[in-house]
Amino acid sequence: MKFLDEYRDADAAKKLAAAITRTVTRPWTIMEVCGGQTHTIVKYGIDEVLPTEIELVHGPGCPVCVTALEMIDRAHAVASRPGVIFCSFGDMLRVPGSRGDLLQLKSQGADVRIVYSPLDAVTLAAANPDRQVVFFAIGFETTAPPNAMAVWLAKRRHLKNFSVLVSHVLVPPAITAILQSPGNRVQGFLGPGHVCTVMGYEEYIPIAEQFGVPIVITGFEPVDMLQGVLWTVRQLEAGRAIVENQYSRAVRPDGNLQSRRLIEEVFEICDRKWRGVGLIPRSGYKLRPEYREHDAELIFEVADIETQESSVCISGDVLRGLKKPHDCPAFGKSCTPQTPLGATMVSSEGACAAYYAYGRHLASKGAQAPRRQLVQIGAGK
Amino acid sequence: MCLGIPGKVTKTFREHDVLMGKVDFSGVVKQVCLEHVPEVKIGEYVLVHVGFALSHIDEKEAQIVFDFLKSMNQLDELETPSPRDGPS
Amino acid sequence: MSDQAILEMLGSCPLPKSNYDRILLGHGSGGSLTAELIKNIFVPGFDNSVLSALEDQATLQLSGGNNGHKGPRIAFTTDSFVVRPLFFPGGDIGTLAVHGTVNDLAVGGATPLFLSAAFILEEGLPVADLKRIVASMRSACDDAGVALVTGDTKVVDRGKGDQVFITTSGIGIVPEGRSLSISSAQPGDKVIVSGTIGDHGIAIMSVREGLEFETVLESDSASLADLTKTMLEACPSIRCMRDPTRGGVSSALNELADASNVGVKLTESTLPLRAEVRAACEMLGLDPLYVANEGKLIAVVPAADADRLLAAMRAHPRGENATIIGEIVAEHAGMVVMRSLVGGERVVTMLAGEQLPRIC
Repeated sequence: MKFLDEYRDADAAKKLAAAITRTVTRPWTIMEVCGGQTHTIVKYGIDEVLPTEIELVHGPGCPVCVTALEMIDRAHAVASRPGVIFCSFGDMLRVPGSRGDLLQLKSQGADVRIVYSPLDAVTLAAANPDRQVVFFAIGFETTAPPNAMAVWLAKRRHLKNFSVLVSHVLVPPAITAILQSPGNRVQGFLGPGHVCTVMGYEEYIPIAEQFGVPIVITGFEPVDMLQGVLWTVRQLEAGRAIVENQYSRAVRPDGNLQSRRLIEEVFEICDRKWRGVGLIPRSGYKLRPEYREHDAELIFEVADIETQESSVCISGDVLRGLKKPHDCPAFGKSCTPQTPLGATMVSSEGACAAYYAYGRHLASKGAQAPRRQLVQIGAGK
Repeated sequence: MCLGIPGKVTKTFREHDVLMGKVDFSGVVKQVCLEHVPEVKIGEYVLVHVGFALSHIDEKEAQIVFDFLKSMNQLDELETPSPRDGPS
Repeated sequence: MSDQAILEMLGSCPLPKSNYDRILLGHGSGGSLTAELIKNIFVPGFDNSVLSALEDQATLQLSGGNNGHKGPRIAFTTDSFVVRPLFFPGGDIGTLAVHGTVNDLAVGGATPLFLSAAFILEEGLPVADLKRIVASMRSACDDAGVALVTGDTKVVDRGKGDQVFITTSGIGIVPEGRSLSISSAQPGDKVIVSGTIGDHGIAIMSVREGLEFETVLESDSASLADLTKTMLEACPSIRCMRDPTRGGVSSALNELADASNVGVKLTESTLPLRAEVRAACEMLGLDPLYVANEGKLIAVVPAADADRLLAAMRAHPRGENATIIGEIVAEHAGMVVMRSLVGGERVVTMLAGEQLPRIC
């Protein structure tokens, strides 16, 4: 596949890993922000081909993982209403709320449907004028343009039966919160590639300056990530702290202006509670008042939600890069993808799920496995 | 930061006055909203996320990664300047 | 006996505790939840050595006549089909029902001979659909060289069954001296797949509501009876074969690694994949190793015979894209490990429950 395969090239990866090894002179801790990037690391064993001086910690870039428990419970309440067609991305269906997940609700008879695109939910609303169609609009800034487009289209087409339950989260406030938290060890970031295709990377410049951390906007394929690590390490070794753009084939400095304009028209910034992390001021989007007739939070009054989190789950620490999945006593034992205690296990982008899927809970991998020195990589048989 | 896949635009049309297109992912064709990449031409590539094109893929920029890697062979890589634009 | 007691009786179970008191969709996925159900309920419930071997088919020794000769060995298997939608590109529930059972017999080294079919039909099903399904089944039987010789039909009230469920059982003959088993893999053996993986599961998913693609992706549903016959003639030393249906190549190899107490090492760059299936997996966030196949098999063969077997497979129309995808090793017994495109390794764990498309 063009623009994918080239970035999975073994030879390119080998060269980059070798260059990183030659560059590094002391330990560095780097955080990759996005769940998709975490997934790539674990899937391709990227951390295994890096020199032991580099530690990759996993960031909160999994929107499914950080959706507040109250919001999951609210979704549950809305989806339970008779006559509602509740549409969602596939991942959200298995996130545990206080009283079960949406998939269980579906098995009990609620009309819960997976859609690939928010625009499909709009189509559903047009085709079912007698039903209330509600779309669970979660995501980082990446998903904001399609979600905004869905609401904007519904308004333009006068689809009064379409509404969205919004729980958008924003990356820059999250990174700032991480850098400000006591115990933070992160010295550099692999920035969110797809978020920046929308928003550009200008808002990361003040963060790099204020905290003195290099931020390299990075793509999602193994070659992208190795290149991102290389540039970050070079900055760290040279004592620099600027924003660089590795993902330049898709990211422009100011992003996609049309998308940003539409986001601006439909959404406004608000405070958001992040599951496991807590309230981060001005870290989310909600619908503007002009779109109130499509705002499911206003349309469906739900009684006060009483949330109940597992006391064992350390998702919050994992999301902030303070702990790794195998630091959790429940990891792989009482907490598995079949029986998740918290969101980082149920979402396949969550660090815990990624580690589990690629076997990091098994005896020969994970915490006990000695980190490999750079060996021959890409050596085919 | 989510699943964004590159695909080739094979057709464009308007539906409900929104720019849509057919995008080909190695033989799998899907309908995609192109409203925010209006300048894209047939045969060019877009980055698609949940049925929506986020960005137009710049082929020249894509090549730069590989030129950079080639150049790493010849020079000591510490002296190879990063080909990337930093902030102004 | 309580679940806990059963677990203790079976010895230390590598599967995490489950706290399910109701059946979930995931229990039918062919992954570790299914395995749990089998290990905890069915095997102890029926308690016999043939069942406990958990092969794809049961090989039964019939007692011989008075002259002391052993009787023939019959292979016997059964499978149920609940696919949605009923009709999909490349097949329908009927073709699956025939191929699935024929293939379970064939990969055990048996010559499939006879099938039975039990239909559970929902009130209101168009008779035209039933006719279409039966015609498909007849055609599939002819292609596989088997006869459907007995059957049953039940009808349930509208709303109590999902249009059609089919259960097929099959019997075949296992030639004297042939003994394939998933517990017989040895370090050094090679692992071969007969063709491209993930075709069937992607074909099904691509026509499901919410995920329609505009491209027609076809299921690979097909009989493997003739291919396996060719393979066993060319290479009697084959240790075992498996058809990687639900749960994909990963489930089949994990079961093998477990049964033979060996490790399996795969090389990602060798996995044969159709470009469209690869693209669809990328788009849906799926790993092709976990996606169902209905016309493919995995064979484990001693290294010395691998090239010869591969050549024989490639010469056969149903094995054109046969490829060596890995080998059996002594390390990490019970685990399947894959070397990625860029050189790092990862464990290919057993699928837990139902796959859902990722968004991010």
